[in-house]
Amino acid sequence: MNKGSDILLVGVGGQGTILASRILAHVAQDNNLEVKISEVHGMAQRGGSVVTHLRMGDKVYSPLIQKGQADVILAFEQLEAWRWLGYLREGGMAVVNTQVISPVPVISGYQEYPDNIINRLKKNVDKTLEVDALKLAEQAGNEKTVNVVLLGVLARQLEFEKNYWVRALESIIPEKIIEPNKEAFMLGYNHT
Amino acid sequence: MNYTLLSGNEAIARGAFESGVKVAAAYPGTPSTEILQNVAEYEDIYAQWSSNEKVALEVGIGASIGGARTLVAMKHVGVNVAADPLMTLSYTGVNGGLVLVSADDPGMHSSQNEQDNRRFAKFAKIPLLEPSDSQEAKDYVGKALDISERFDLPVMLRVTTRISHALTGVNLEEPNEGNLKEYNKDKEKYVMIPAYGRKRHEVLENKLVDMKSFSENSSLNQIEWGDKDIGIITSGICYQYVKEALPGSSCLKLGFTHPLPEKLIKEFASKVNKLYVVEELEPYMEEKIKAMGIEVIGKEVFPLNGEISASMIQEKIKGEKEFETIQLSDYDEDEIPARPPVMCPGCSHRGVFYTLKKLKLIVTGDIGCYTLGCLPPLESIDSCVCMGASIGKALGMEKANPELKGKIVAVIGDSTYFHSGLTGTLDVAYNLGSSTIIILDNRTTAMTGHQDHPGTGKTLKGEETKAASLSEVVKAMGVDRVTIADPSNLEKTKEIVQEEVNISEPSVIIFRKPCALLERKKDTPYVVDEDKCVYCKLCLNLGCPALMNDVEEEKVQVEKTMCTGCSLCEQVCKKGAIKKAGDTNE
Repeated sequence: MNKGSDILLVGVGGQGTILASRILAHVAQDNNLEVKISEVHGMAQRGGSVVTHLRMGDKVYSPLIQKGQADVILAFEQLEAWRWLGYLREGGMAVVNTQVISPVPVISGYQEYPDNIINRLKKNVDKTLEVDALKLAEQAGNEKTVNVVLLGVLARQLEFEKNYWVRALESIIPEKIIEPNKEAFMLGYNHT
Repeated sequence: MNYTLLSGNEAIARGAFESGVKVAAAYPGTPSTEILQNVAEYEDIYAQWSSNEKVALEVGIGASIGGARTLVAMKHVGVNVAADPLMTLSYTGVNGGLVLVSADDPGMHSSQNEQDNRRFAKFAKIPLLEPSDSQEAKDYVGKALDISERFDLPVMLRVTTRISHALTGVNLEEPNEGNLKEYNKDKEKYVMIPAYGRKRHEVLENKLVDMKSFSENSSLNQIEWGDKDIGIITSGICYQYVKEALPGSSCLKLGFTHPLPEKLIKEFASKVNKLYVVEELEPYMEEKIKAMGIEVIGKEVFPLNGEISASMIQEKIKGEKEFETIQLSDYDEDEIPARPPVMCPGCSHRGVFYTLKKLKLIVTGDIGCYTLGCLPPLESIDSCVCMGASIGKALGMEKANPELKGKIVAVIGDSTYFHSGLTGTLDVAYNLGSSTIIILDNRTTAMTGHQDHPGTGKTLKGEETKAASLSEVVKAMGVDRVTIADPSNLEKTKEIVQEEVNISEPSVIIFRKPCALLERKKDTPYVVDEDKCVYCKLCLNLGCPALMNDVEEEKVQVEKTMCTGCSLCEQVCKKGAIKKAGDTNE
């Protein structure tokens, strides 16, 4: 994969997608790439579906990824991977946290959570990496590090050297929680 | 580091700092909120939340007349509130430069409409600047202030959500000291009685003539020549989409868009074969260009609503899609459940909406988290128009149809109440209304991310200040019946609401409980006793995200990491099946 990439981070409000995008941007900038990030917040922070567009390359114009253009979908929740799948390009990769967070219409019984999302994802995307990020985050000693576990998995797939990632983590994450985050990153990085 | 990623809003704040702004005011509103939050970080700038946008602009006017460079920020609908002073500010003009940031929201990501405020700049007859990324957003603040001082006019800096909330690279520069201008008493300039106002209108019209020639020569408006087969005139974020979609085409990029540079447009148009205007929402530039007698394609192919994208430009102009989407198999969009924003787990105000629905009341609603009470399963809000409208709507309804008396309540948040609930309340009290006003007081401005307001006792700069008392304010406006209650108790909530709607005089209920996200206080979570749960699903009517419906097992479960222990579900359950964790084995 080229270092210039379009990465769509999708998840549920409150899962830490925005922080993850900042860490990724730090790594890209450290590698002298132009970066643009676009996100919409406001209503999204109340448990809604959230999406962050991150584009990096020698020259980036629009801050938005077009449908069918994303190199990677980094999904913090499986239903969100499925929802945003149309953004992936032919031959792109999906990194999916298998965690399930039911939307309120499902909780209230108005709609159903679709079956077999992971298998259906795999049918559409040859390169689908599934990871139980919540479990790994708990292993790292902090269930809120799901986002960093996923970054670890992504890091393995991108061409940036590992030390750039560690440097980004250290400069963005507060010192008092850096250790479980580093641990979470490594658990993701070594995940197979 | 001198080069860093900033959102457009952060960049605007930085621009204010670098160009010597001394006073800044705003009312929070998506997508504009972060501008003032970031301005407040600079020690040298006085920054405040005002109770609404009209007041914010009035504070800005005072600061400007006093000689300071000033920034006032708001979302697009905020300018409606501030329109009154704005229309006269263009007559008086300024002293220290004044920039009014209007953050528009094409696509309505978090707004009640998608109006195009470039119309406001034209309406008010003031200069208009449209940056296309964070670097320009920062630079244009300084340029706007220079232009403001040069023409003695406020300048509108119009951004959109994709500028405000997109992070792009910015070069940071050293701040300019920014001297205070001398204040000179000048009543013919600043006192707009008719005799002086008539003269100032003439002055304004003359300024417009000068502004036109300025626009022709401004470096903010530039032609980028490419293939001359297709020429595109564009501004703001659409410039980036055009460059993405049609990198080889000729482009007239306009950063100074009121008044438009007619000569430059003519020159550009005469040298390309086919001319397009790419702009989101209104045909603001297109109308002018067509009025100049130039043939141009715009809204024939581009929408009047929503956002424009690079792929849309490719499709509409080149007639082809280079961004092909992948063919998905076993994929049905309709099967994917929506994930709408919801009231948070532990939000005690959820119980109020639950009660209002149960009592089958007509609820006039307002802007804020509370608007979410309109979605299933709570579905208890009948209308929502703009900040503060809930109260006037309730009065109007009861006056229109006496049969509705005693069946209507207005619901409004505490921050919104200080923004524009006060005047509505006065109207109810003075005009012999009997409306019941429910203030859902969560002690903050929650929807935009917990900003302080006149009721919280803290300023934007973090100073302790005197908190206005909602109940005292309400009483002072002539409402004698004021109840303050905790909404955590459903039975009590129901009793109070029932009592107040049946009274034929104005009344205000203040349900007070801090925002669950603000407190982050977690009580012991609840659990469902499976033996007692009969799967009646009554608890699910609360719409709490922490309550999980296990359809296969026909059980309801509590997600313990989300549950804050607010107890509403326990109160709703008729079987006593929901209990605090640890209590179940008793």
